[in-house]
Amino acid sequence: MAARNRAKLPYLLVLPAVTLLALFVVAPGVYALVLSFQARKVVGGLLGGGSKLVFVGLDNYGLALADPELWSSIARMLLVALLFIPATVGFALLFALLLDVPRVKLARSTRLAIFLPYAVPGVIASLMWGFMYLPATSPIGGDHVDFFGSTTVFFSVANVAVWGSVGFNMIVIFTALRALPSELYEAARIDGCSELRMALRIKVPLVLPAIAMCTLFTALASLQLFNEPNTLRPLSNAISSTWVPLMKIYQDAFVDSDVNKAAATSVLFVIAALAVSFVASRTVSRVNR
Amino acid sequence: MTTRIRLLPSAALLLGAVYCIVPTLWILIASTKSRTDLFSTATYLPSFSDGIWRNIVDLSTYQGGIFWHWMLNSFGYALIGGVLASLVSAACGYAIALYEFHGRKTVFNVILACVLLPQIVLAIPQYLLLSNVGLTDSYLGVLLPQLFNPYGIYLCRIYAASSVPQSLLEAGRIDGASEWKLFHTVGLRLMGPGLITVFLLQFIAIWNNFLLPFVMVNSDDKFPLTVGLYSLLRHGAAEASLYSLVITGTLLSVLPVIALFLSLQRYWRLDLVTGALK
Repeated sequence: MAARNRAKLPYLLVLPAVTLLALFVVAPGVYALVLSFQARKVVGGLLGGGSKLVFVGLDNYGLALADPELWSSIARMLLVALLFIPATVGFALLFALLLDVPRVKLARSTRLAIFLPYAVPGVIASLMWGFMYLPATSPIGGDHVDFFGSTTVFFSVANVAVWGSVGFNMIVIFTALRALPSELYEAARIDGCSELRMALRIKVPLVLPAIAMCTLFTALASLQLFNEPNTLRPLSNAISSTWVPLMKIYQDAFVDSDVNKAAATSVLFVIAALAVSFVASRTVSRVNR
Repeated sequence: MTTRIRLLPSAALLLGAVYCIVPTLWILIASTKSRTDLFSTATYLPSFSDGIWRNIVDLSTYQGGIFWHWMLNSFGYALIGGVLASLVSAACGYAIALYEFHGRKTVFNVILACVLLPQIVLAIPQYLLLSNVGLTDSYLGVLLPQLFNPYGIYLCRIYAASSVPQSLLEAGRIDGASEWKLFHTVGLRLMGPGLITVFLLQFIAIWNNFLLPFVMVNSDDKFPLTVGLYSLLRHGAAEASLYSLVITGTLLSVLPVIALFLSLQRYWRLDLVTGALK
């Protein structure tokens, strides 16, 4: 009896997760795939005609890829990512190293302050920064600098994203630093090695896996860029309704009601995201080794 | 020489802290202003008239107090979703870490792949699918997709492997305890500290989520705060007087999370996230 029980329990424990996985990851994925091969075609004559779904092969993919809006949304996303990824990881590493300096003052309170934005939703962060950018209400010189200019808008969007993610990444790197044995430093200190040299020569190489993990997570976050530009949009004309790929998919599905094209773009997007993650995680595990 | 070296890191950290706090401080100042003062007075000076109180009253009476309904919805989604997702993750992680069974490797590999798949790209396909079964525009439509948390399962597996010794389970078996009893009395208890972190991570993830509820829900009484404030901002583009409501709403939605966050900070076990567990 006990042995049979033992054989059954693991399946029961895994069941809820596997069911959710099937219902909310696999099924939507498969459904999007099916939709992406179909299109709504008008059938019948002027009277009593309707539309029905027909199989159209790769037509939707062709349409999606031929849409210049998609490519410019990807280009804008990459531009933001180019600012967002290095700034987030760079500042996270810098603050983590500073927190790790022996007997540094204000460490606890500043660590907490920098971590706090993590608990602020991207939409709320964009609202706060959005009003700070807006010329009429700006406390940071929005009446002199145009934060929604054709170039500055990329910095403005990236800034909101950086603000929200530096803290979490800082804690990840800091925790990795804390896990290093302190004996490592003692010899270096006796030899008169400065804190700066020690940080660059000893600490950074040893926490490279954590830095790589932060880079992967930040890269994934930039693919999913949506909340920040979408929330800033009502405040400025500089952000179009198809500014980044996810906004483009949203526009196709809900504004232009072309669900099939949106499904095709979604499928392409999932494949791209998985490819990026796969390559990045391979790099991470190579760094780890 | 040494004091200068000590001061420099603190100064840099302080600068970072100021950068992180300034938006919240400014939103606090801005919400003290009446609708007209917001656009006419110096932006970094608070107003000491009854502006903030009137803004809160205006916001609380806007559409019959819908703002507080959004606040409640956000807490409901995040709390229920966070608890259930952690239990699902704990059960699955525990089974993968401590049992040999058919398909164990497959399940784990699929879950690992899901960690790398940005969940948010699934929001629109999830909407399309759920609209066929009539689950859109319901609380369940927002809640159910967020119960599966692959990263949580991954963390639970690591944590179960390191905190629940097989020998303890064997001892329990000899004493005649059932496998189920071992799971919820020994397993869940030993995994407790890690589970709190998994819960907090998922709580924040649901609290911060926007796209899923944004596509899933139409009726504004089911909105979480993020979608509610966004819709208020959209209306504000046509009616500027709503801006002071958005600003006050933003302040009121930031304060409780910060309070919650500060009071729970000693429960964060982020060494779990970095895999730096020993």
